[in-house]
Amino acid sequence: MIVIIAAWEIISKTDLFPAFMWPPLFIPNVPGGPTVFGTLINGLITGQILNATGVTLGRMLLGFVIAIVLGLTFGYLISRYKWIDDTLGFFVTALQSIPSIVWFPLAIVWFGLGFVSILFIVTIGATWTMTVNSSTGFKNVPSLYINAAKTLGSSGGHLVRNVILPASLPHIISGLRVAWAFAWRAVMAAELLGGSGGLGYLLNVGRSIQSMDLVLAIMIVIGVIGTIMDNQVFLRMERSVARKWGTRT
Amino acid sequence: MKVTLENVHKSFPKGKSEKLEVLRDIDIQIKEGEFVSLLGPSGCGKSTILNLIAGLDKPNSGSVKINGELVKGPGTDRVVVFQQGGLFPWMNVLDNVTFGLRIKKMTRQEAEEKAMDALRLVHLGNYANNYPHELSGGMKQRVAIARALVMDPDVLLMDEPFAALDEQTRLILHQELQEIWAKTGKTILFITHNIREALTLSGRVLLMSTRPGQVKSSFTVKAARPRDPSDSVIVHLEKKIMGELEEEMEKVLKEEFGDDYRFKTSAIRDRDHSRMGDHI
Repeated sequence: MIVIIAAWEIISKTDLFPAFMWPPLFIPNVPGGPTVFGTLINGLITGQILNATGVTLGRMLLGFVIAIVLGLTFGYLISRYKWIDDTLGFFVTALQSIPSIVWFPLAIVWFGLGFVSILFIVTIGATWTMTVNSSTGFKNVPSLYINAAKTLGSSGGHLVRNVILPASLPHIISGLRVAWAFAWRAVMAAELLGGSGGLGYLLNVGRSIQSMDLVLAIMIVIGVIGTIMDNQVFLRMERSVARKWGTRT
Repeated sequence: MKVTLENVHKSFPKGKSEKLEVLRDIDIQIKEGEFVSLLGPSGCGKSTILNLIAGLDKPNSGSVKINGELVKGPGTDRVVVFQQGGLFPWMNVLDNVTFGLRIKKMTRQEAEEKAMDALRLVHLGNYANNYPHELSGGMKQRVAIARALVMDPDVLLMDEPFAALDEQTRLILHQELQEIWAKTGKTILFITHNIREALTLSGRVLLMSTRPGQVKSSFTVKAARPRDPSDSVIVHLEKKIMGELEEEMEKVLKEEFGDDYRFKTSAIRDRDHSRMGDHI
């Protein structure tokens, strides 16, 4: 890590690339010149980067929640009814292989350039993988649990909430994790193309004013948030389930 | 009569048009408070009978009645203890045991009190907050028994509950199940393929023949409790049942390995080398 930072710093000091293409990380090339961390701190203080992060996370979360609800619903229907599995199930596998940003031209025509289009891209990016994971989870609930619950008087909604959902939790969590990663990529791509605030939009601004220090600062923010979500949120969820179930020591 | 099965037939679809007849003409009657074992080789349909009584499956014809009422589906008057226990790994022991009570809209406090009583009955009062994976196989089965007893069912259905346990644990649980039965007076239907187990536990043993499953014979075990495996009554019955089971075993093995198979008599003598590998 230190080696990479040092190498970056040294390259920025040589005249190999112009400063706007390869901005220094910490030490400015000319007194008062731009650095990546300077821009990052500045952006956080003035609220430019912070606001953009808020806008992006807001969209992202809304799309993610919609995708989870849709994914769980589709997943349940696919696991429950054979004919839905044969029709929608196959379709979902096909849809899953389409990168969600491909939907963007269609989204612009349908919803116009802006918030709804971006939301659409995020949602569609996360829904299919969530559907696939949750239907696998639901299908693999051991019939032993279901039979045991039924003889103890559970049925219908109670059975779904208290047995089928918790029994497929390991699959659902890994679904959430992948869905988040997909949605995260989707929101960046959509904002980069579709504008109107957010980190992706800011990246585009950075590009147009040839301020690579801003671009790199935003990339750091994106990387940090992505890592935090994966390590602190989803990995922890997976671990706590594994500990409870005793599937990992 | 607590449990009545009349002319019960059951077959499962096998392949496209074929049907596998699992049960033929089953007539079983179990009295209130009786401890009946259903004994038979694997694949004779004994678990299917249990599923029919539990309401997890429906007969093709004939009737299954509890207290004179037709079984329409699963109900808490008949709780099953499964071979693998079927405890929910995401709940601790206490939540597993209160699961059924909470569905009955019982308050948490009342449910937990009942559950603790049941757990103490199976000597697991100190494990209420543990998760199933922290328990041994024997302890898991105790929890499963507690979870069933706490529902206060009319009939307790046990599907080879001790088959996966080691011998020592099984012997201890045999003792305890007898005690529980004496204490609660529950009607119990116990499925097993272990003759000794059936004779140790039950007042009546129903021996099943295989494919299609039929009740072949019924033995009343008139031995003193607690049962002693060396009791002359038990030893005598064991021999008798073993004799009848051997015929069934041969039938099953022939089906699995081909007609050349002989149980007991050696097959080496009349091995025909020209036909080697025919039945693989």
